Amino acid sequence: MDNSASKVPASIDASFDQLNRDWYIDKAVQILVFLGGISAVVFIIGIFVFISKEGFGFLVGEFNFKEFFFSPNWRPTSESKETFGILALIAGTASVTGLAMLIAIPFSLGTAIFIAEFSSGKTREFLKITVELLAAIPSVVWGFIGLAIMNPIIIKTFNVPVGLNVLNAGVILGLMAAPIMTSIAEDALKAVPDRYREAAEAMGATRWQVIYKVVLPAAKNGLLGAVLLGVGRGFGETMAVLMATGHSINIPTSVFDSVRALTATIAAELGETAAGSPHYQALFTIGIFLFIVTFIINLVADLVVRGVRKG
Amino acid sequence: MFEATRLNRKNETRQKLFRLGLGAMTGLLILPVVLILSTLIYKGAPVISFEFLFTGPTKGMTAGGIFPALLGTILLVMVALIASVPLGIAAAIYLSEYASDNWFTRAINLAIINLAGVPSIVHALFGVGAFVIFFKFGTSILAASLTLAIMTLPVVIVATRESLQAVPMAFREACWNMGATRWQTIRRVVLPNAVTGILTGVILEVSRTAGETAPIMFTGAAFFLPLLPQGVFDQTMALSLHLFVVSTQVPGMPEHLPFGVALVLISMVLLMNSLSIALRMYLRGKKKW
Amino acid sequence: MVKLGVSDLRIRYGGVTALEGVNFDIHEHEIFGIIGPANAGKTSFLKAVNRMDMFDPAMKVDGKIVFNNVDVSRIRNVYGLRRRIGVVFPLPVGLPLSVYDNVALSPRLGGQKNKAELDVIVERCLTRAALWDEVKDRLDSLGSMLSGGQQQRLTIARALSQEPELLMLDEFSIAVDPVTTMRIEDVLKELRSEITIILVTNLVQQARRLADRTAFFLEGQCVEVGVTEDLFTGEVKDQRTRDYVEGRFG
Repeated sequence: MDNSASKVPASIDASFDQLNRDWYIDKAVQILVFLGGISAVVFIIGIFVFISKEGFGFLVGEFNFKEFFFSPNWRPTSESKETFGILALIAGTASVTGLAMLIAIPFSLGTAIFIAEFSSGKTREFLKITVELLAAIPSVVWGFIGLAIMNPIIIKTFNVPVGLNVLNAGVILGLMAAPIMTSIAEDALKAVPDRYREAAEAMGATRWQVIYKVVLPAAKNGLLGAVLLGVGRGFGETMAVLMATGHSINIPTSVFDSVRALTATIAAELGETAAGSPHYQALFTIGIFLFIVTFIINLVADLVVRGVRKG
Repeated sequence: MFEATRLNRKNETRQKLFRLGLGAMTGLLILPVVLILSTLIYKGAPVISFEFLFTGPTKGMTAGGIFPALLGTILLVMVALIASVPLGIAAAIYLSEYASDNWFTRAINLAIINLAGVPSIVHALFGVGAFVIFFKFGTSILAASLTLAIMTLPVVIVATRESLQAVPMAFREACWNMGATRWQTIRRVVLPNAVTGILTGVILEVSRTAGETAPIMFTGAAFFLPLLPQGVFDQTMALSLHLFVVSTQVPGMPEHLPFGVALVLISMVLLMNSLSIALRMYLRGKKKW
Repeated sequence: MVKLGVSDLRIRYGGVTALEGVNFDIHEHEIFGIIGPANAGKTSFLKAVNRMDMFDPAMKVDGKIVFNNVDVSRIRNVYGLRRRIGVVFPLPVGLPLSVYDNVALSPRLGGQKNKAELDVIVERCLTRAALWDEVKDRLDSLGSMLSGGQQQRLTIARALSQEPELLMLDEFSIAVDPVTTMRIEDVLKELRSEITIILVTNLVQQARRLADRTAFFLEGQCVEVGVTEDLFTGEVKDQRTRDYVEGRFG
């Protein structure tokens, strides 16, 4: 393409219609970024494929649906009869996550309301940054906190022999999940248009009436999404739970019982299995189960949250 | 006529109480963490010294320093960045500049959310099945870093995409009208204005990668290695795993040592995050349009 | 010589027809005016000419537009087409580059690297856009931070820097003050001998001053095309043209 500085116009010609270097480079970039775009899909599928591949032997071999999901006996190394029941592990995960949500939901909601509706300027900035930093603390550090700080506190305060239990992990997990839930909840509250609040205030509602009767219902999709995300996080959390729950595999009857979670079981036992053994494959099968559950939770959470942005 | 009625006063008090209550909740959420962090500093600071940071563990890990773990984390993070940043930027460019709003794009977005939401131990299982076994990298820095890279890819993608989308459409249209190709427009106008945002995402990724334990446990990180790694096919120690080991696997551990390790790790992570936040705030002040 | 030939052009957005029944030829070295009220389809027409309809999935173009005897819908290198056609839209856009880089962008994309030659091009285009005097001492400042009127002249300078064969201006004077508008109109009259110009405007007097021939678009139809002076002296083919030109609506 001629772009010289001459003032004589190009005659009526079609010389501009040529495929040149720029055209080819543009096409090449288009292909490259497309590959980048599908990489995420490829990886997610890949994750599912590879963990299924390793767990496949168990699924077609010793897997017994009723025993796997409904037996509390997880004894993969027993010399007499190996059993692969994960009910106790599910109970462990569920109890810890449940307690964590019991703590995290009210506190993160309260904090989100405080940040979104009652603070402004520098305070707001400060709180948001603090929440963001709290969310960044790695899970192994939280696990360490459970071991080294919460453990002695629980033993002393409640006079129990062991401080690594549902209570410990539940509190830790609650403190871990709360910052992220606060962020998402705060986004959901901020997304409620100001004119809703103004309309309610014009009718004489007080601040908390506005929040309770107008803002919260309007934000309920986003808030639900925050809760779901918190649950997903709790379900999938590994190191903190591994370090703070103790090591008994049983269905807990009190918060002071030690339990074992699904994620922690994999982390604790994988290193000691022989590749390809039933135990090894059973652990991968737990992984498949975890993948599917968190996939569903994330899918639902995303659909729910997206309802916010559309509405 | 405008004197506060009894009802008004009652509402005002209720309102103040409400505000106070919420503020207390916020404080209650933040306070324990502040206390915990202070304990970490109080108990861990005495351990930190030049030797601690730059020499290796001795006496069966009950004494000495954390250098090999520190180095290992840096190596793992670097390799993970090399793998994930270009890919993440490419993916974000596709999503922001090329993709239209159809089911395929939604599938990609769903995949990104799930990559971020999959439990870290499942990422570890994937790393074992794919990189250690299938691709025959064995337990190595390469396998561990690639596992980490896939896990933290969403961070780079999301940060990059947001900073690309912040560039107004009008600029692109002006360039297209002049005959610039999409790539020329991206290269000369869009990307340069997204660089700081991308940097924010990269720093965030570094912070996430440095703190992860489960994905590297079975793919390349080891409890204790007598020698430093020589290449990407060697195993390595890592700070996050080191914390796990010294707090759970070693008998006779003096109380302060694990606190020191925890303090170093959390300082690294918080420092990186603060850098990312500071960069974001700097960006907000520098308006170019 | 026909620079741009339009036959049976129809533009739809989804199911809605925005413009139809457009048939005319634009000759080389003429200023061709297009007048008409808002939403008459004038801007859609311009977008179809330089194939910017590619970026709007809802926009469908039927009929034929021929530029330099090439059917623009059959073109392979659409960027080449757009390089030869300069557009100025009503909304001023200063790119977030320095003023110098704004104007040097198109030459650079064309491969021009010589600093001295770029300097010449930048000064010439900024002068013709009536902006040189105001920015010559601060060519480093950001184009996106100039005032609205300056950004509009910068946009014109950018269009000129393409050395276009066809220059399309869409209501360029909206963001520009009357004195500057006059200066730019003088430049357009000079440029006519070098290039071809399409001038879309809702200032009918501007069309009268500048355009050799003018088309009148109304509600998605090309009502008529004629010698500009004829339209203004009442020799119209369609009564509506006369009504519009005389200000009875619009």
